[in-house]
Formats: sequence, C-alpha cells, structure tokens
Amino acid sequence: MDKFWTDLGEALSNEALWAEFRSGIWDTLYSTVLATLFACILGLVLGVLLVAGEEDGVRPLPGPVMSVLNFVINILRSVPFLILMLMVLPLSKLLLGTRIGTIASIPPLIIAAAPFVARLVETSLREVDKGIIEAAQSMGCSPFQIIWKVILPESLPSLTGSFTTAFITILGYGAMAGAIGGGGLGKIAINYGYNKYNYAVMLIAVIFIVILVQIFQALGTSLATRSDHRITNKAGRRKLRRNVSRQINRDKRSPGGM
Amino acid sequence: MIELKNLSKTFQTADGDFQALENISLTVRDGDIFGIVGMSGAGKSTLVRCINLLERPTSGQVLIDGLVEGEAGPMDLCRMTPAQLRQARRSISMIFQQFNLLMQRTCLKNICFPMEIAGVPADQARKRALELLELVGLPDKASAYPAQLSGGQKQRIAIARALASDPKVLLCDEATSALDPTTTRSILRLIQDINRRLGITVVVITHEMAVVEEICSHVAILDHGRLMESGTVQEVFSNPKTEEGRKLVNPDGARVARMFPSSRIIRVVFNGGSAYEPLVASLAIDCGVKANILGADTKNIDGKAFGYILLGLPEDPEQAARAMSYIRSQKDVMVEEGMDEHG
Repeated sequence: MDKFWTDLGEALSNEALWAEFRSGIWDTLYSTVLATLFACILGLVLGVLLVAGEEDGVRPLPGPVMSVLNFVINILRSVPFLILMLMVLPLSKLLLGTRIGTIASIPPLIIAAAPFVARLVETSLREVDKGIIEAAQSMGCSPFQIIWKVILPESLPSLTGSFTTAFITILGYGAMAGAIGGGGLGKIAINYGYNKYNYAVMLIAVIFIVILVQIFQALGTSLATRSDHRITNKAGRRKLRRNVSRQINRDKRSPGGM
Repeated sequence: MIELKNLSKTFQTADGDFQALENISLTVRDGDIFGIVGMSGAGKSTLVRCINLLERPTSGQVLIDGLVEGEAGPMDLCRMTPAQLRQARRSISMIFQQFNLLMQRTCLKNICFPMEIAGVPADQARKRALELLELVGLPDKASAYPAQLSGGQKQRIAIARALASDPKVLLCDEATSALDPTTTRSILRLIQDINRRLGITVVVITHEMAVVEEICSHVAILDHGRLMESGTVQEVFSNPKTEEGRKLVNPDGARVARMFPSSRIIRVVFNGGSAYEPLVASLAIDCGVKANILGADTKNIDGKAFGYILLGLPEDPEQAARAMSYIRSQKDVMVEEGMDEHG
C-alpha cells in the first residue's frame, strides 16, 4: 500500500507522465471517434439492409443474400475481440503500413464493431411503427424514399442511443487493443499497471477512461432525448432519458462482445 | 370511378389458407361517399387495402380511371408497374385509425410530406400545407409535433396530409374508431365537407353503422369476406335484403327476437313523413288487434328521418293476418315479417 502512495505522489508530480497522459487521451479520442464513425456508417448500411431487405421489408432482397449477410454478421460477432484484432492486423499492415500503434488499431476496431452496430441499428429501425411505413407506401413513396425520409428520421433518437453505445463499446475495446500494440489510455494502463505494477498510474488512466465514457454517455443520452419529438413534457423526457441511459448501460459491455 | 371486379384475397397462414375476400365486385361512382360495413373480421380492412394495393389481391381487378398520365381509360392497379403504381397512389390518399403521422416531423412538415415525395418545390408545398391547415381548422398547429395533439387533431392533420397530393379518392380505414363520439362527428363533418367542396370520392370502412348513416350515400355490407348486399344507404338501411344486413342495420331485432321467442315479430318501417304513434293505436281501434311494441328507433339517413318499430303480434294467426293487411294498407309504411328467423 505504501508503494501505491509513493507511486501516486511521483505520478502527480511527473511532468513527462502527464505529457504521456495528454497524448494518451488524444490517441484514445481520435481513434475511438474515427473507428466509431466508420463502424457506424458501415453498421448503418448493414442495418438498413437487414431491415429493408427481409421478406416483408420495404425492399425485399433475395433470400440467399439475406442469409449470407446474417451469417457473416453472426460469425464476426462470435469471434472474441482480442483474437479478431490479431486476425485483422494484417489488414492494418496492408492499408496503413503498420500493425503497431494507435492508427493500426482502427481497422480492426471498425471490422469488429460494424456487425455489432448493424445489430443495434437493426433494433432501432424496427422500432418504427409499421403503420407509418404503410402510410408512406400508400402515398406512393419509393423504397428508397421510405428508408431515407421515413425510417431513418423516425428512428433518429433511437439511432443516436445506439451510436452512443457503439462509441462507448469501441472506446472500451480500444483500451483493450493497448495489450497488443495499440496506443492511448489503455496502453498506459496496461503498461504501468500490468508490466510495472504501478497501480497508481493505472488508476489515473482508468479514471480518465471512466470520465471520457461518462461525458460521451451524457452527451449521447441528451442528444437522443432532445431530438425525440414523441415526448412533450418534462416527466416524459426524464423517463426517456432514464430508458436511453439504461439501454446504453446494458449494451456497454454486451456479452459476446462486438 | 372505382370498380372492383371479382376480387379475391387469400392469406397463407400456419393453419392453411384463409380466404379474406371472396369474389367481390362493386362500383364506387365519382363523388360518392361509399361505406363498407361489417363485423370485425369481415374483411373490410383487407378490401380497402386492396383498393390502393397495400394488399395485393390474389385474383380480380381493381379498376380506377384517371390515375396515370397518358392513360385515358380505367387501369387495373394489379397490372401496373411499380412506378405507375406509385404515381397512381398519389391520387388515392388514405387515412388510418391510428393516424400514422410522422412523429419526428411537425404538422406542417407532415402535410408537406406527400408533396416532398412528388417533387413539389418546398416553398410551394409550404404554402399549400398552410392552406390545408386552415381547411382542417388547425392553422395554429403548424409547428406543433403530433405528440402534442389530441386524437381528433391528429386525424385532422392526417386528413390535411391526405389532401396534399390533390387526390381523386380518399380511403378511410376505421378513421374514427379511435375517437370519442363528439370528435367522431366533427371528423365526419370534415370528410363530408371535403367530399362536397372538392368532389373527392370517399370510401369509408367502419364497423359503426352510425358513421354510415351520418355521411355515406352508398353502402356495401361485408360478411366473412363476401359482399352480402350493396346500394344506396336509404335502400339498404330501410330495407336490408339479407340476414347479415338486417343484423347490422337492426341489431335490436335479433335481440328482441331472442327475448320474445314465442311471439310473431314484425318490423314496421316508416319511410319518412308519417308519424308512427297513431298506427299502433289505430290498429287496436280499427282492427281490435293488440300489438306489443318491443322496440323502436329512428335513423337519420341522408337528411331524411326513418323510423321503425318492432311489433309483437298476437299468436292467433287470424288476428295476425288482419293486423298485417291493415299495416300494409298504410301509406309510407313497409313491413318485414319473420324477424324471429333472423335471431
């Protein structure tokens, strides 16, 4: 215990360490934001295909196409993240010329997260009332118009919640990537805590990670709640906020991973 | 004109095929308010959804004229290409029991929606939407969201949205079934007003006879997927020809017949004009027959009052026959016999 307090004292006064934290926070932020962005775009496309393409969807796709799509998503979600990351690292080498560092961790994060986001998006899109879609059909909307002008805008609040979940999950997995050469706060925590038994520094890194997660969770919840026009009063908004944050919390470390 | 020809619809379910509609043929003339009534499960909703092909008929034709540019005669919706069908649907609007408004759009944007789909320039659409808000009596709700409105207001917005594409036909699928009686009346007034002012043909699906009485000019009675009878509301309501028709028009008849199983029950219908109190009295005085009044009601059909009474005649056949011939000889009065067979 004494070691912890001396470590802590040293850490707090160590300028070089703080510089490391600063760049760690930056690395974590930009890799998470980039990976989330791409994973969400990819996941959104896949999610739309899953919902619109099913048998009674707005634009049914051939059965075999849907089977393959579902199969690939299921398989990718079944591989534990750390192993998937190792498997995908050659792709990082191919695309970015390196398999080490913060940048190199982004492609595996995208590939691991996209199928997970696809399922989240699927759930969000399915929440749209079938009657509204039918009304749009009765007005002469094309399938594309229904997706673009009805399903996506109507599910936007729920999608915002899903994307927040994705961000938080990717941030968590990005930290895990620190174990196999990724950068950021995760690397610092693992480096000091696991390799050097410096729990004080690890604790500080963890606190930073928790703060980041809390900030983005609050931001996402607030965005999702505010953008939802189904709610008109304060009590309803409070209730919705609770639900959204419960949803985000539930999926934060979903079993089976991304 | 909407013409349904030999329309059938079969659903494949886990328990085998279910025939929701069986060989339905009917014609709705331009400018009519046409009611389709039936008990729940009779296939009314399926029928109306076949008119805009939200439900594709298994066989038969849905002929509507003037929907697709460059096509003079009536076209069968079932044989249209997807693009033609989308164009046709812009002329066939629909309103729903659950309103189905876009919850994340303001009322104004909801009304703009069909015009947006059709490629109407935004400022033009906005102008038209504001006019329509005025028409449905909610000019102050432009920037409100549907969640902030009452049921009746939501249906008004839905009606405004339905009118935005300048439709020729308005389909109402149980449009008032989620509303209270007062709101129902005001929505029906609005639909009637639209029909009269804009000349839009209206098809109304409902299980409430009061709705048909209130606004329809023609009615079709549907039972277990079959068309039982159709005609003007006046014809069908004053003198239903089928058992199903009688059951719907005059649910008391069946109830009364069950309550008085032994008596001979007749239904006397007054075709407007004559008051009906004196009949029973004069029946007693002139013929010496004492009839029992089992039920009575008036219906207001197309602005004309129709009244009926259910009479229980004496069991003595001679007396009953005398009463029948006496009532038959009266002016503006129609008699139906054998109510007890329809229980």
